[in-house]
Amino acid sequence: MITAFIQRAVMQGIPLLYGSTGEIITEKSGHLNLGIPGIMYVGGISGVIGAFAYENACTSAGHGMNGALAILIPFLSCLLGSLLMGLIYCFLTVTLRANQNVTGLALTTFGVGFGNFFGGSLIKLTGSELPSITLTKTSDFFRTSLPFAKSLGWFGQVFLSYGFLAYLAVAIAIAAAVFLSRTRMGLHLRAVGENPATADAAGINVERYKYLSTCIGSMIAGLGGLYYVMDYANGIWSNDAFGDRGWLAIALVIFAVWKPGIAILGSFLFGGLYIVHNYIPNLDFSKQELFKMAPYLVTILVLVIISMRKKRENQPPQHLGLNYFREER
Amino acid sequence: MAANAAIELKNITKTFGHVCANHNVSLKVNRGEILSILGENGSGKTTLMNMIAGIYFPDSGSIFIDGKEVVIASPKDAFQYKIGMIHQHFKLVDVFTATENIVLGLEEKYDVKNASAKVKEISEKYGFEIDPDKKIYEMSVSEKQTVEIIKVLYRGADILILDEPTAVLTPQETQKLFAVLRRMRDDGKAIIIITHKLHEVLSLSDQVAVLRKGEYIGTVKTAETNETLLTEMMVGKKISLNITRDEPKHPEDRLVVEDITCMNRDGATILDHVSFTARSGEILGIAGIAGSGQRELLEAIAGLQHIDSGKILYHNPKTKQTDNLRDKTPLQIRALGVRLSFVPEDRLGMGLVGNMDIVDNMMLRSYRRGKTMFLQRKPPKDLAETIIRQLEVVTPSVSTPVRRLSGGNVQKVLVGREIAAVPTVLMAAYPVRGLDINSSYTIYNLLNEQKKNGVAVIFVGEDLDVLIELCDRIMVIGSGCVTGVVDGRTATKEEIGLLMTKSVHEDMEGGADHVETGEKNA
Repeated sequence: MITAFIQRAVMQGIPLLYGSTGEIITEKSGHLNLGIPGIMYVGGISGVIGAFAYENACTSAGHGMNGALAILIPFLSCLLGSLLMGLIYCFLTVTLRANQNVTGLALTTFGVGFGNFFGGSLIKLTGSELPSITLTKTSDFFRTSLPFAKSLGWFGQVFLSYGFLAYLAVAIAIAAAVFLSRTRMGLHLRAVGENPATADAAGINVERYKYLSTCIGSMIAGLGGLYYVMDYANGIWSNDAFGDRGWLAIALVIFAVWKPGIAILGSFLFGGLYIVHNYIPNLDFSKQELFKMAPYLVTILVLVIISMRKKRENQPPQHLGLNYFREER
Repeated sequence: MAANAAIELKNITKTFGHVCANHNVSLKVNRGEILSILGENGSGKTTLMNMIAGIYFPDSGSIFIDGKEVVIASPKDAFQYKIGMIHQHFKLVDVFTATENIVLGLEEKYDVKNASAKVKEISEKYGFEIDPDKKIYEMSVSEKQTVEIIKVLYRGADILILDEPTAVLTPQETQKLFAVLRRMRDDGKAIIIITHKLHEVLSLSDQVAVLRKGEYIGTVKTAETNETLLTEMMVGKKISLNITRDEPKHPEDRLVVEDITCMNRDGATILDHVSFTARSGEILGIAGIAGSGQRELLEAIAGLQHIDSGKILYHNPKTKQTDNLRDKTPLQIRALGVRLSFVPEDRLGMGLVGNMDIVDNMMLRSYRRGKTMFLQRKPPKDLAETIIRQLEVVTPSVSTPVRRLSGGNVQKVLVGREIAAVPTVLMAAYPVRGLDINSSYTIYNLLNEQKKNGVAVIFVGEDLDVLIELCDRIMVIGSGCVTGVVDGRTATKEEIGLLMTKSVHEDMEGGADHVETGEKNA
């Protein structure tokens, strides 16, 4: 049962890891993107639209699905959808210097509405009785696990049993950690988020860094939505099933004190806390809800601890949430 | 020896709107030479240097480097000509190490070890003491300054500009910095240093260029000058302004400040055993280089600054009682019947709320007087209209956000509101900064009127001519200490200028020392 719990916890954690890695990269440029829940939602529905189109095309043409295309089409449409959301956010907050919190919240509202609208439309198109879209064939491609997953007992189940998107999430998080701490561009990006005026004076193109980090961060976060539908939910999209995972991803950023490496472990912990109520026998419904609170309680606890320790490295980027305008004094 | 100067400015002129910041300035620095630029606040020193550093672009005139005319349109251009400027406000990222800050923005391969080694090499060459892996937020001010200097040296600068580098340093740190600068000079670098402090000029530089109100007065060899001559060049001849000044009527002690000392958050002393008396019916001027503790002094009296030791005694004219204002909150000070009206230096920051209109800003001072839970907008509206009429505030209406008014009109609204509170002590810090002549005179008249009404007026000013004509007594502060109190009717500008540039510490610690180094240089 413990291996099953760990496996489920990891699967719960992967969407959070995508979301928080994307948000960390964005926040390092000084932009607090509260649109992440919406962006992940759009990433999910965009993938669903791509998969739906390809599956339908294959069915009506009467031939089987190509594995590479079945993965590539939803993958690219997910990236495109979340990139567009990121661009909207950048244009508003970087170019027009709109308030970041307001823009982010508006984007989340928009993203969820966008997803539910297209989700609902697709459900209508299928003419299905159930309020959901089932893309099992595409999902099977996404959920193809590593070889030996079944033959190596608990080891295979804990380490090898996931679809490729799960491994990609960890790889991206590790790459982000290395990028931020070891490369010149990472140094420049951190400088932009800490003190844009200083970065500007040092000849760094502040706007370009903000645009790039926010858009790349959005695309990474969008993959979290794709993973959720195609892998975790077995290719079944129903409106609002994504739940509060987007906000949990933002909480995870704080938990990880803006370090993608810590976010990897944090995401599995959050994933575990999120489902632990299923593994405790004899819980009634209300007590289950109490357990669901756990990730947020842990986040508050971490906030209290880092505020008390006052270590400067663990603080958010100094100019987080503040737009930069060179001529302002 | 090449005859060409490392950098030469010819007839540089720069204006901002109607204000002429630099007019026909010409100067040059040779390699292996330190040039001091001396001048009062607002004499255009920093503007001039910013033009060399590519931050501003001159309206007319030309810049030559090694005899060739150049155009410096951006900081990048300046860097190409190997010009490095160390600004007064450091541009450093706090959570980065020294090395990370130094290599920030460079295009070379990112290799912290290599960079640290190069930083160490530079430090050893010029005698800096720096740990390349220390985080900026753990550093003292002088260490941060060192990082800034190494930053420009790392980029290969050989023309260095330092904007008031000693303003934030202790005397010991200053001596260390000067030792480093001398070593750089001997290494063949051209160095320009901006400063107010005469003794520093004399001990460090080879030449001194003097600016006064944007005008270039001249350049002299340090060996051929002395403090008195330089002060004369810096403050100039007295200009008559014809500000009325009546004899004080029945002056009595209103505010007695006894020996107050204040520290800032970093534990540095900003006010050092300051004592003085402000009398009713009198204008007490406070002169001093910007940042010598004027703001903190006024804030201490207004209850906005924590006082570490000393007393502020207030003699209440109505009750004839004496209260100690120390460690009382601004509200308690008001509740005691003590009325201090405070015109902060930073008008929009602390005085007025920019997005609110004139009426609402009036209410900021009076909202506590309301009896119901609803606001009464009529009295503040009347007050706003009176102020607009009497002080000739140019505004579309009383409901225009204050932010939209010009600087002078904002100032009038603020001073008008403070005066309307019928104070017994009126403190005004730089109330005419940025105002045109007419508005300035309106403010002087207002202050004079208050004086006539028996108010004790404390006026912090930067223009010595105004201080001498307006104030009955002038207190001079330097580096947080009172360096002297002079009579406004008999004082001369030279006298005040000398008091401004001397500080008590230097007499105690650095005095003998600097004469010695001065001789070495000569």
